[in-house]
Amino acid sequence: MISVTGLAKIYQTGRVQVAALTEVSFGIAAGEFVAIMGPSGSGKSTLMNILGCLDLPTAGSYRLAGREISGLSQRELAEIRNRELGFVFQSFNLLPRLIAWRNVELPLIYAGIPPGERRERALALLAMVGLADRAGHRPRELSGGEQQRIAIARALANRPAVILADEPTGNLDTKAGREIMKVFTALHQEGKTIIMITHDPEIAVYAGRVLYFRDGRLRRDLLTVNPETGEALTARDLLDRLHGEEDEGEKEEERP
Amino acid sequence: MKIRDNLQISLEGLAANPLRSILTTLGVIIGVTAVIIMTALGEGASRQVTAGIEGLGSNLLIITPGRTGRRTRELGAAGSATTVTSDLLPVLEQELAREGGELIRGIAPEARQALTVRNASLSMTTNVFGVTPAYLSVRGYALSEGAFFTGDDLERRHRLAVLGKNTAEELFGEKSPVGEVIRIANNRFTVIGVLAERGYSGFSHLDDLVLVPLTTAQRRLFGHERLQSIYLEVVDSRFMDAAYERVDRILQRYFAEETAYSLNNQVQMLETLQSTTRTFTLLLAGIAGVSLVVGGIGIMNIMLVSVTERIREIGIRKALGAQRHEILLQFLFEAIVLSLAGGGIGILLGLAGSRLAAFFGGWPAVVSWEAILLAFTFALAVGLFFGVYPAYKASLLPPAEALRHE
Repeated sequence: MISVTGLAKIYQTGRVQVAALTEVSFGIAAGEFVAIMGPSGSGKSTLMNILGCLDLPTAGSYRLAGREISGLSQRELAEIRNRELGFVFQSFNLLPRLIAWRNVELPLIYAGIPPGERRERALALLAMVGLADRAGHRPRELSGGEQQRIAIARALANRPAVILADEPTGNLDTKAGREIMKVFTALHQEGKTIIMITHDPEIAVYAGRVLYFRDGRLRRDLLTVNPETGEALTARDLLDRLHGEEDEGEKEEERP
Repeated sequence: MKIRDNLQISLEGLAANPLRSILTTLGVIIGVTAVIIMTALGEGASRQVTAGIEGLGSNLLIITPGRTGRRTRELGAAGSATTVTSDLLPVLEQELAREGGELIRGIAPEARQALTVRNASLSMTTNVFGVTPAYLSVRGYALSEGAFFTGDDLERRHRLAVLGKNTAEELFGEKSPVGEVIRIANNRFTVIGVLAERGYSGFSHLDDLVLVPLTTAQRRLFGHERLQSIYLEVVDSRFMDAAYERVDRILQRYFAEETAYSLNNQVQMLETLQSTTRTFTLLLAGIAGVSLVVGGIGIMNIMLVSVTERIREIGIRKALGAQRHEILLQFLFEAIVLSLAGGGIGILLGLAGSRLAAFFGGWPAVVSWEAILLAFTFALAVGLFFGVYPAYKASLLPPAEALRHE
């Protein structure tokens, strides 16, 4: 589904060049649920922007569903964001003045779907995330968990194959976070490809695979479930595995 | 994405901040209103001036003291100079009798002053005109009742008065004033006639006056021999130029200085005054236009703020698949809707304001379709012009950057 080779992103700030990503290569198969981890400044957000077609890499290749992204025009990128990708953000990014179903409807507007069908589909999506009775509420009238579920419904509007989530539980309490992860797990089981940034190992273990970034490089690529024994890693195991080969000083800092 | 959807998004954007939307349109509303009222007043003034000159009578040459009109193309203090007096009248008559007399049908001098006119307890201040018997026909007046002065009345300085229709009504109501006695500046005058209704002429109300014999007026009321105007009626419009030449020669010889008098015909006066009112109208419209431009800059200012404030919204919309032109249209429509609403409201207010100005200002206001069209088109152009830049700026924002914006 996704194939990244030799990806690099260099930001130019004044005369200083900052390499946000260096020589990143990996592949993600269709239907995989992948967590991207790493300390802040590790380049994971930059990677997410590139995977989300919100930004273009400085060098390297990014293929999405067999299509090379780096050479595409703004117009084509917008089309891919609209139809092939669904975004879920840490701060929900709902439009505050629009009621729930009108927020869900947004990608359908830009896809050129007629109004009647848009409303029907938006309401069906809200029902799917369990918010049918909240369709007429504005975001500020809803809890964080509800807002994030609306955002997920919106991400699913054009039935994209890939869901990109940037710290989807970052602004939520543990309970609401767990509920959101249930939704993601269900989507994963339906066959969606999900790529999720998180710094929380408790959340990361919901994914089947963890990509760990540091200083703009991919440092670890590991599975959370042993394919032979079917044994799943706990959050603590995951932390140990990620930091196992780091030097002692850094290990102390990273440990919660 | 349909235009309809775009328009709806823009309208929702405006509705989200109604106070700001209204304040923004206010600039355009005031601009359009001002343009319409100003041009209506200018047009009204122009028509009034035209009607006033046409109301003077036909085929007239007009001698006034001081230099005005024709050559300098400016309106000086017409009538304020004191060079033209009754002494000129016999000279004019003699000279015309010698040559060119056949071109002139009548000569009507006029001296005027605003004075208090009383009938018993009723009093009013009105223009009192000292005139000669020829005045009636030269100025195109008719009598509705009674009689007019004769040459004999002038020679003997009889204290007789002929009232304009309005003056008669104010002083006497429904009663006929003929035969009654009025007091003009405390002199008793007997009313011998009433003029037929003439209507409004621009300079003065043609029905709001008192005519008395010129000699009586000069001796008893004004105390001097000065004349404000001498009207010469030319027998036929074909001879206007010839008559002008002849009269001008006489005047040149009579007056030592060229600037002591003006000789005009209606066409020249019309041209002069119309060019003046045109300038006046343009000036007013220009001032109003400036306020429209200021209103447009207001729209641009608000749109720029709006774009900055909604960078995150732009980022979200782009992440969800909005094309660049769709963002452009969203903000452009907002600007256009604002300016169109401002234009529409401005037109309504302009129409109402013109009526009010006419009512309270005692000044006719003529709203023209051209002015409405111009103001509206200008409002739309202002919206488009000042909306394009912020909209373009919004559409160019890279989505990743816009999403990071707090």
